[in-house]
Amino acid sequence: MTALVIESAGPGVTLQDGGRHGYLRYGITAAGPMDPLMHATANRAAGNPLDATTIEVSTGGLTVTAEGGPLGIAMVSRSFRITLDGAALPDAVALTLEPGRTLTVRAGASGAWGYLAVQGRIDVAPVLGSTATHTRSGLGGLDGRGLAAGDRLPVAEPRAGEVSPHRLIAPWLVRNPETIRVVLGPQDDYFAADQIDAFLAGPWTVSPRGDRMACFLDGAPLTHAKGHDIVSDGVAMGAIQVPGNGLPIILMADRQSTGGYPKIATVIGPDLGRLAQAQGGTRLSFRSVTVADAVAARRAERDALREPVPRDPVVRTDFASDFLLALNLVDGVTDGGA
Amino acid sequence: MSEGEPRLLDSGEAALVMEFGSTVDPAISDRVLALDDALGADPPEGLRERVPTYRSLMLHYDPLVLDREALAERVQTLVAGAVARAGTPTLWTLPCCYDAPHGEDIAQVAERTGLSPEAIVATHAGATYRVYMYGFAPGFAYLGGLPKTLAVPRRASPRPPHPRNAVVIGGGLAAVATVPMPTGWYVIGATPARLYAPEREQSFFIGAGDLIRFEPVDVTTFDALTAREAAGEPVARREEAVR
Repeated sequence: MTALVIESAGPGVTLQDGGRHGYLRYGITAAGPMDPLMHATANRAAGNPLDATTIEVSTGGLTVTAEGGPLGIAMVSRSFRITLDGAALPDAVALTLEPGRTLTVRAGASGAWGYLAVQGRIDVAPVLGSTATHTRSGLGGLDGRGLAAGDRLPVAEPRAGEVSPHRLIAPWLVRNPETIRVVLGPQDDYFAADQIDAFLAGPWTVSPRGDRMACFLDGAPLTHAKGHDIVSDGVAMGAIQVPGNGLPIILMADRQSTGGYPKIATVIGPDLGRLAQAQGGTRLSFRSVTVADAVAARRAERDALREPVPRDPVVRTDFASDFLLALNLVDGVTDGGA
Repeated sequence: MSEGEPRLLDSGEAALVMEFGSTVDPAISDRVLALDDALGADPPEGLRERVPTYRSLMLHYDPLVLDREALAERVQTLVAGAVARAGTPTLWTLPCCYDAPHGEDIAQVAERTGLSPEAIVATHAGATYRVYMYGFAPGFAYLGGLPKTLAVPRRASPRPPHPRNAVVIGGGLAAVATVPMPTGWYVIGATPARLYAPEREQSFFIGAGDLIRFEPVDVTTFDALTAREAAGEPVARREEAVR
């Protein structure tokens, strides 16, 4: 049977699908991709349902090989360094991984997450209807944990992909993290008007200690108008809570289902990935938009993913000399597949 | 803070919060759960999740399927109609072992309350609790109804992880903590019943609004019940409660 073999995986590399929905009322976190748009783009490029299981690649990096047969792959990132047997490829690429070849993904100058989709279905058993990994509660993915060297992911209904690597053209993934759009509330009334203004204007610096659960911001602390403890209520992905120290915490995919700090605003769905991709040290501010604006942005995202992801053959002029030297290996794909 | 009119709040473009108050209060919880029931009985297309909490109901929705205003109108109409909860709440009896090694923090609770360990067990097991909400962790059930004599504040810093299905108290509340983790609560016992079992056909069986009583059992009985539960035989007993 065709399988994807994990040769090495850095910390925080997990299997994710569209998320574990329907159980928030029982305290079950949805998990799912940190950058939903990039995850969906990888699946679209691989010809899969948009919420299919992918490997979410952290800045810890990933090395994989194929076993049992050639396997079509879409690896989508922004600025990650992707190589096939050492030869550089574009940061968003579709290719066929032949057994014996090694695909490596390493962190780059920007971006925090990339998504590897296979052409076929990564065949792991869903838990509560989803394969999304939530490591804190040990649910989903492979035994509820991150991927590690030696793991073997069986691929059901595998399909070979492009004969030679193709650059994926997804301009909607070119997103500037400097301004993040939010809808104010649900507890913006816990802050005076000047504090709302200070929150929006920032500037805030993304702390390096963020993870799949939360993004921490450093900057001038905000003050609360009526205390910082509320009776716990529901928490949406992107909710920005302000604890006693006045520094905002943005709750992300692995957040708890409820929380007890006032939430000054909520990052709109289309900007969650933009925020998630901000590496530590990134400076950002917020812009308040209406629900209608946010829905319009969502609609535009959905429309971008309606059609197949455009692609161009990888041409030699794109690459450095080490790649040119290795091109005979890439050209060999056609011979090997015959 | 006084409880004003219910407020409908946006949490981004894909979640609405119907807030009935800002305190822990059975009357507020009733309103939350009544709205939850009403929407659950006839959910509009595009409504993805309903998350009841002490004092609000969060509704996650797909705004490309379900229009915000349509959902808001539906919610406002139900709230204005003062919907009541349908039927009587279910009462569950959960076996609970308070003895060592399970009730590992009972001595600390005794120190803080001035009650004897026996009195702590009798008081905790003598009360009926309401499941207000789940949160914090899978199947972590927040219970109201803890007698005031057991109202110890939570710890300033968390204690080491407890075993699964710990019966805990803290901050004036009680809880069943299904998943081992560090906690600021006090562990006074453990139940062999698994409120949460992802592999079970019905992964969760106790709903928000249900009632719970704890029935003291000794270690031998606890072990026997744990074995039965592991074999797939539920050890929580279900009874119809009088409202």
